Amino acid sequence: MEFSHQFVQQLINGVSLGSIYALIALGYTMIYGIIKLINFAHGDIYMVGAYIGFFAVTRAGLSIVPALLISMVVTGLLGMLVERLAYKPLRHAPRISVLITAIGVSFFLEYATMYFVTPTPRTFPEVMPSIAFNVGPFIINGQQMLIMGITLVLMLVLTYIVQKTKLGKAMRAASFDVETAQLMGINADRVISFTFCIGSALAAAAGVLVGVYYNSIDPLMGIMPGLKAFVAAVLGGIGILPGAVAGGIILGVIEALVSGFISSTFRDAAAFAILILVLLFKPSGLFGKNTREKV
Amino acid sequence: MGTMLKINDINVFYGAIHAIKGASLEVNEGEIVTLIGANGAGKSTILRTISGLLKPKGGSIQFEGKDIAGMPAHEIVKCGISQVPEGRRIFAEMTVLENLELGAFTRKDKDGVKDDMEMVFNRFPRLKERISQLAGTLSGGEQQMLAMGRALMSRPRLLLLDEPSMGLAPLLIREIFAIIQDINKAGTTVLLVEQNANMALSIAHRAYVLETGRITLSGDARELAASEDVRKAYLGG
Repeated sequence: MEFSHQFVQQLINGVSLGSIYALIALGYTMIYGIIKLINFAHGDIYMVGAYIGFFAVTRAGLSIVPALLISMVVTGLLGMLVERLAYKPLRHAPRISVLITAIGVSFFLEYATMYFVTPTPRTFPEVMPSIAFNVGPFIINGQQMLIMGITLVLMLVLTYIVQKTKLGKAMRAASFDVETAQLMGINADRVISFTFCIGSALAAAAGVLVGVYYNSIDPLMGIMPGLKAFVAAVLGGIGILPGAVAGGIILGVIEALVSGFISSTFRDAAAFAILILVLLFKPSGLFGKNTREKV
Repeated sequence: MGTMLKINDINVFYGAIHAIKGASLEVNEGEIVTLIGANGAGKSTILRTISGLLKPKGGSIQFEGKDIAGMPAHEIVKCGISQVPEGRRIFAEMTVLENLELGAFTRKDKDGVKDDMEMVFNRFPRLKERISQLAGTLSGGEQQMLAMGRALMSRPRLLLLDEPSMGLAPLLIREIFAIIQDINKAGTTVLLVEQNANMALSIAHRAYVLETGRITLSGDARELAASEDVRKAYLGG
């Protein structure tokens, strides 16, 4: 009884942490899907999103939902700007050049943020009363509800955009085959720019939610979640949207279980052990498929 | 019947490789023109250059009097040129319907798109049966039909076809070529690239022969089919 009780409690913690990874992983996987770039600056975009949310709450005095929306819009625009300035000029360059540029962008965002807001961690203000819901013997706190609720809404919106809208169809077509998409009259540059916008906005939402959850943000906060979300994207199958969500949640749950039952010092090791195992045994990821071509 | 497409002395490079060396060709309104030649002669390169996927160095490409050389590919579709690429390149993970909708991506006239969708289904009834299937599950012949239907959805005035016979059984090839003739009779001008020179010459009005980036012969399709040089080089004797 005691064991199963703790197990379910850790599961709840894991799903809420995993939702954060899923939001970041979605951006990774969307950007990879369309320009085959592992955008190592994505974790830092998430960090910038957290800061914008922080200032929207502390300076502009907004409540959490408007702050979240503003952070998503501004960070979305930042993502487009980064793509336009750093990646677009390298469209026909070897992939390694773009990858190195992404690492450069990552450092730039980290240290530019430090310059502007100092490296001191900031305490995210309480944006909601600390409430806890008792579901039977289990406890879900308000922040966890917020994280899971907002993640769910954002995923539904994303699914609608990708599946139903014209732009979403263009995104899917371009990530399958950019050249043929252009032959359909799709402006690939515009689709790529839009993809960065959506991916960055989702990362910003994750950043704000983490600020609310852990109360603390700093300019290097994006490094570890960025790497973890990369693991989540690879676990689910890079380039596959439902894979990123599943990978994020699985990763979050495993981390919570490891912290709860073994030791929280092994948490990060577990995440990277998963990466190694996936790369060894199923490099295409859980949702990855074997591509074959018909002639 | 005016000149619809006029390519004048274009050069195309892949990095340092000089793929097209000063080629010129013309397509008149209402024609089927075929471009034949061996593997690697540069046939696809010419189509890809017309579509804007490659930029020519020097020379000009005029479509209906407008210079389109160097225009981005997505703009060229709007001018009225549509391509069925080599290997079909259908969007395998999307449905047949979504593939056709993407073909009409540039269009805003919803009613016209609906009419054209019906037209495509009339021409390729098998696509209608498979409308909600993923395109990747179609057979090779059905995928070719989908690629052609998709290209027609932009209502092109000039249709570029790259190796439509590739990998298909002879019976199916005949069916596809009959459909190409029908499409042409319904008013669409066709530029057809083929390795299957026999079939291509049998339906084309005029033909060009491309050899290692240069156009070496051109003329009436029937006359070329009868000429000794062409028979030896491309028609197997």
